[in-house]
Amino acid sequence: MKKPLKLFKGRYLTIGMPYVWLLMFFALPFAIVLKISFSTAAIAIPPYEPTFSYVDEALSIFLNLGNYLLLLQDSMYYMSYLTSLKMALIATLGCLILGFPMAYAIARAPARTQAVLLLLVMLPSWTSFLIRVYAWMGILSNTGLINNTLMWLGVISEPIQMLNTNFAVYIGIIYAYLPFMILPLYATLVKLDFSLVEAASDLGSRSINTFWKITFPLSMSGVVAGSMLVFIPAVGEFVIPELLGGPDSLMIGKVLWQEFFNNRDWPVASSLAVVMLALLIVPITLFHRYQSRHMEKEI
Amino acid sequence: MKKLSFSNVMLWFGLLFLYAPMLILVIYSFNESKLVTVWGGFSPKWYGELFRDQQILDAVWTSLRIAFYSATMAVIIGTMAAFVMTRFRRSWAKLTLSNMITAPLVMPEVITGLSLLLLFVQMAETFGWPAERGMLTVWIAHSTFCSAYVAVVVSSRLRELDLSIEEAAMDLGATPLKTFFLITVPMISPALMAGWLLSFSLSLDDLVIASFASGPGSTTLPMVVFSSVRLGVSPKINALATIIILVVSLVAFLSWYFVRRSEKKAKAAMEAH
Repeated sequence: MKKPLKLFKGRYLTIGMPYVWLLMFFALPFAIVLKISFSTAAIAIPPYEPTFSYVDEALSIFLNLGNYLLLLQDSMYYMSYLTSLKMALIATLGCLILGFPMAYAIARAPARTQAVLLLLVMLPSWTSFLIRVYAWMGILSNTGLINNTLMWLGVISEPIQMLNTNFAVYIGIIYAYLPFMILPLYATLVKLDFSLVEAASDLGSRSINTFWKITFPLSMSGVVAGSMLVFIPAVGEFVIPELLGGPDSLMIGKVLWQEFFNNRDWPVASSLAVVMLALLIVPITLFHRYQSRHMEKEI
Repeated sequence: MKKLSFSNVMLWFGLLFLYAPMLILVIYSFNESKLVTVWGGFSPKWYGELFRDQQILDAVWTSLRIAFYSATMAVIIGTMAAFVMTRFRRSWAKLTLSNMITAPLVMPEVITGLSLLLLFVQMAETFGWPAERGMLTVWIAHSTFCSAYVAVVVSSRLRELDLSIEEAAMDLGATPLKTFFLITVPMISPALMAGWLLSFSLSLDDLVIASFASGPGSTTLPMVVFSSVRLGVSPKINALATIIILVVSLVAFLSWYFVRRSEKKAKAAMEAH
């Protein structure tokens, strides 16, 4: 790192304000979720029993493990975790398969074209997420564009059920998160030394071989970052399974939402969130490691 | 050469995949027919219908105000955090700050939303504030997650800056505060602008966190859209979606343009020397 600027009195304010804000509105909330995940649901406002109580000069702490036991016992909960992980994994793979060649093509394009292509890839991700998921409802439904076209062409006589299936959820996740896969991939691919690829092919390596032995290993950090950027939010996805999925695409984000808003069982919703976070600790750490390495390199 | 053509084909296929659904949506928003999927001729009538829907108009106004305030606050917090991340010496405080600021980038929205709501409920119980959830709580929630994006945009710009200009200003007697506002801010203003516009569109678009953090009287546009979309596809929503796509693309394009123009200027200035 370069020589730090002279210290100044505003230093404490500069670090203090964002620090306090994030501590207050980002870190503290997780502590509260953890606390409430150990309490019991009640018909009250707010709808849970207090964890700490001070009665008769005694501080008592009630830790109720029931919510976590419920997650283990009720198959709906652990199945929804498994479904979420499976669907996020498959969708991430889909993003990688489609996104890698795209990022590669952008990285190899002339410098002036690169900026335009990147904008074209990023632009959809800046327009409304909800609207883009909604757009697929009209395309995939039984009377939608795909079915209508296929029936008109005479390929099928009955509409294929696509909306409200897992297939629609995969399409939705890949569609919504593809730009987040392409961006980190592009960032590593554009720095890749392509003379290595050329050397390999000069030495007679077939292009598929060169790809697996040279290009892919060298772009690993981008692959990891992009995959995490898709996988982590996809696990907790709510909007896509709700709008495109069917009854069997029970993803954990949707279950949490229903527990919270429909059943008003705040403690169970909290413990669902805690377990989800625990499952995501490894991918989140992986992403952070990439992020900090990326930043350090730039310094 | 063969491989290059394969990736180029994939690139065009991918771009088609990204844009076709939105294009179809825009075309169908001009559909005369009430049935969304049957083409009944060209008509802008759903736009007229849309502008007579008071509930949607109210939600648009609420969303715009929240987005404006959130983007402004996010730029303040995000810029300060970016400044700490790039200009301060490695310390425990700096490390935790940079971890906390990048976390909202990947955190599943349901977790962020739920935890913020539980915080607000707890706060209301403990010291009676905020008494009820509304625009203020949505503003806090949006400012928090948007500042992460601002911090990323601004810190990458701050890293590229030539520190010697700031040092020169301070050597000549400018206070750090003065240096920041007279030297640093003008130099990073395109990034600030881009961060503000990005936050604005992120806040305008957010459904999940807003649903958790909002209360009566603070229904945002995505919440209205979501509740009507749940019931199925409707031509009015197609018209609304078209307008949203156009406006947000314009905002996104503008922020991209600001950054690019300043980069060009910087390059030209370098070459002139």
